[in-house]
Amino acid sequence: MTTDNAHQAARDVVLARLRGALGDDPTVPTVPRTYRREGAYAAGSPELVDLLVDRLEDYRATVARTGADDREIGVAVAEALAAQGVRDAIAAPGVPADWLHGIPEHRLDDGSATPRQLDRTGAVVTGSAVAVAETGTIVLDGGPLCGRRAITLVPDTHVVVVRVADVVQTVPEALGRLDPTRPLTFVSGPSATSDIELSRVEGVHGPRTLVVVLAG
Amino acid sequence: MSTFLGMPRGRVPGPPADPAVGQLTGDRPFPAAARSALGNSRLRANLAHATSTIRAKRAAVVEEVPDWEALREAGSAIKAATMARLPELLEQLEANVVARGGQVHWARDAAEANAVVTDLVRTTGADEVVKVKSMATAEIGLNEALEAAGITALETDLAELIVQLAGDKPSHILVPAIHRGRAEIREIFAQRMPGVDTGALTDEPAVLAAAARAHLREAFLRARVAVSGANFAVADTGTLTVVESEGNGRMCLTLPQTLITVMGVEKVVPTWSDLEVFLQLLPRSSTGERMNPYTSTWTGVTPGDGPSEFHLVLLDNGRSRALADEAGRSALHCIRCSACLNVCPVYERTGGHAYGSVYPGPIGAVLTPQLTGLTGGDDPNDSLPYASSLCGACYDVCPVKINIPELLVQLRAEHTEAHAEKHRLPTPEAAAMRAAAWVMRDADRFAAAGRAATVARRGIRKGKPVLPLPPPLNGWTASRDVPAPPAETFRDWWSRTRGARS
Ligand code: SF4
Repeated sequence: MTTDNAHQAARDVVLARLRGALGDDPTVPTVPRTYRREGAYAAGSPELVDLLVDRLEDYRATVARTGADDREIGVAVAEALAAQGVRDAIAAPGVPADWLHGIPEHRLDDGSATPRQLDRTGAVVTGSAVAVAETGTIVLDGGPLCGRRAITLVPDTHVVVVRVADVVQTVPEALGRLDPTRPLTFVSGPSATSDIELSRVEGVHGPRTLVVVLAG
Repeated sequence: MSTFLGMPRGRVPGPPADPAVGQLTGDRPFPAAARSALGNSRLRANLAHATSTIRAKRAAVVEEVPDWEALREAGSAIKAATMARLPELLEQLEANVVARGGQVHWARDAAEANAVVTDLVRTTGADEVVKVKSMATAEIGLNEALEAAGITALETDLAELIVQLAGDKPSHILVPAIHRGRAEIREIFAQRMPGVDTGALTDEPAVLAAAARAHLREAFLRARVAVSGANFAVADTGTLTVVESEGNGRMCLTLPQTLITVMGVEKVVPTWSDLEVFLQLLPRSSTGERMNPYTSTWTGVTPGDGPSEFHLVLLDNGRSRALADEAGRSALHCIRCSACLNVCPVYERTGGHAYGSVYPGPIGAVLTPQLTGLTGGDDPNDSLPYASSLCGACYDVCPVKINIPELLVQLRAEHTEAHAEKHRLPTPEAAAMRAAAWVMRDADRFAAAGRAATVARRGIRKGKPVLPLPPPLNGWTASRDVPAPPAETFRDWWSRTRGARS
């Protein structure tokens, strides 16, 4: 094991080298922030919802539109899973019971399921923190509605509920709504790769099916 | 090599990276390596196909961003501001990572980084690690070091897996197996992937991806230790970021108990809101997507969610050398998108292996010699600054506006000076290279010089200029014949003809 002394020495040397390389008065340029930090549309605008749907479908995610009511969301979730032929699901701990009522076998995550158990689970149902219309990105923030990261990763189907009010236009608006100290996952479509001849193909290690239920 | 051009007094460059450790230096100079690559017609066909695909995709998704140039300006300035404050930002990053339950280690060079990681893995008792594709760990040769310690490093990125199974070397920053076509990949899987169903295996990319999924799933589920790189680290929050596509990154960052992240010191950014710039620039420039499928961020450890132990290894390995040169340090701004590789006419023909280093293409040709230093002798990396036609396409696409042509010319001047110093020769070339570097320092000046040369062509009779070349190139032509410049600059020709082809 590296001793504390060796560790301290490496740290001191690297920092001293970097200071030496910069000399006495490095000029720090100011950053021009003339890029768009806000979109033209307010969060939840119908234009943004349409744009988000377009982006998601471009990534070959499945999109279902529904009302804001929890029972309606539950119907959309159940239909999505039935269409995939999936009968069982785990859900983030804070997901309302009404979202799950139509799933034959379902349970809320209590943190105990191992990766292997998750691997035998058909689907996961979660909410989301914010979505970016321009890039088709949905952000999970590890909160009660989104759950710990493993549950949205190992099962092969992810049903994610996005509230229309949480749809913003641009990346900066989304980052402004997030707490960076939480573990965040930005999801843009199902798992994919561009590694074979630089063409995007869907379906590698993450969930191969992404169903987005747009509520509201 | 004693000094850098343009290095004011008071700046002391750190030591160069040791070319004997890791993968920063090939075994022969670029021209020799390129010559054999050029003889491989399948390689050239694979590269031409892949790079033309990605160029078209990138152009389409960049086109639709109304504030692309403003984002590039911001990205460039954030990086420049970061370099100027690097020590204090690293200390801030360290403090925030530690405050959130992570541990931070520092490594002067590749050997030290390898030793730190090996010790950390040993302490866990694991004899296998899963890895997310990482340029820094390829640079330091971590897999080989772990193997020497009896630890198996399993690459989980599809392209890295292809390279590892084939016993090959990576040839592209983003898609290390870009030199392989689908039929070759199918063959590699059929022959080398344990337990693969060869009957069902076709060369359809979706089928190949599914085979990789099945092959690695068990490794992810049993993994106790993961090793990753990082795309960005946010100083003011202590947040690390990995940008990826397949979900293998998420597997590594989430499922094992221990996560070890190796990161070059230049990857730090000052604030959380700086990420809003790079998360827009990077995916569109690299895979030509509006956003990559997955981006993960984490800050220290989060009880009940992900690894319970997190180690961050901060790597120098020649970066403090590159930092001392005010112009040269911009090579450290690179966010490894690989757009410059995909547009480079030289890279497209030679592929990545010819560059010898894990960093190929235009950025590799400037970054590698900055990290290892130029000897002025016959070190293979001395040839890298010449591996370019200086067409400028790399500068045009670079999301953080690194002026690669200018850096190449500056490095050529440094090389010429180092060579002269070593061989005690007079150096008119060095003067000319320095003048050319001045022209290229500014995009307008560069374009104007190209146009001026083309205009001057009218006054050039066979071989011998009757009109002097425009300054500062007239110093060069005073004693030499110049070939008549073409009617069209290479830059213009390239964008015209290649645009037509793809
Ligand atoms: S130099 Fe610029 S274009 Fe090339 S890989 Fe780095 S960031 Fe991308």
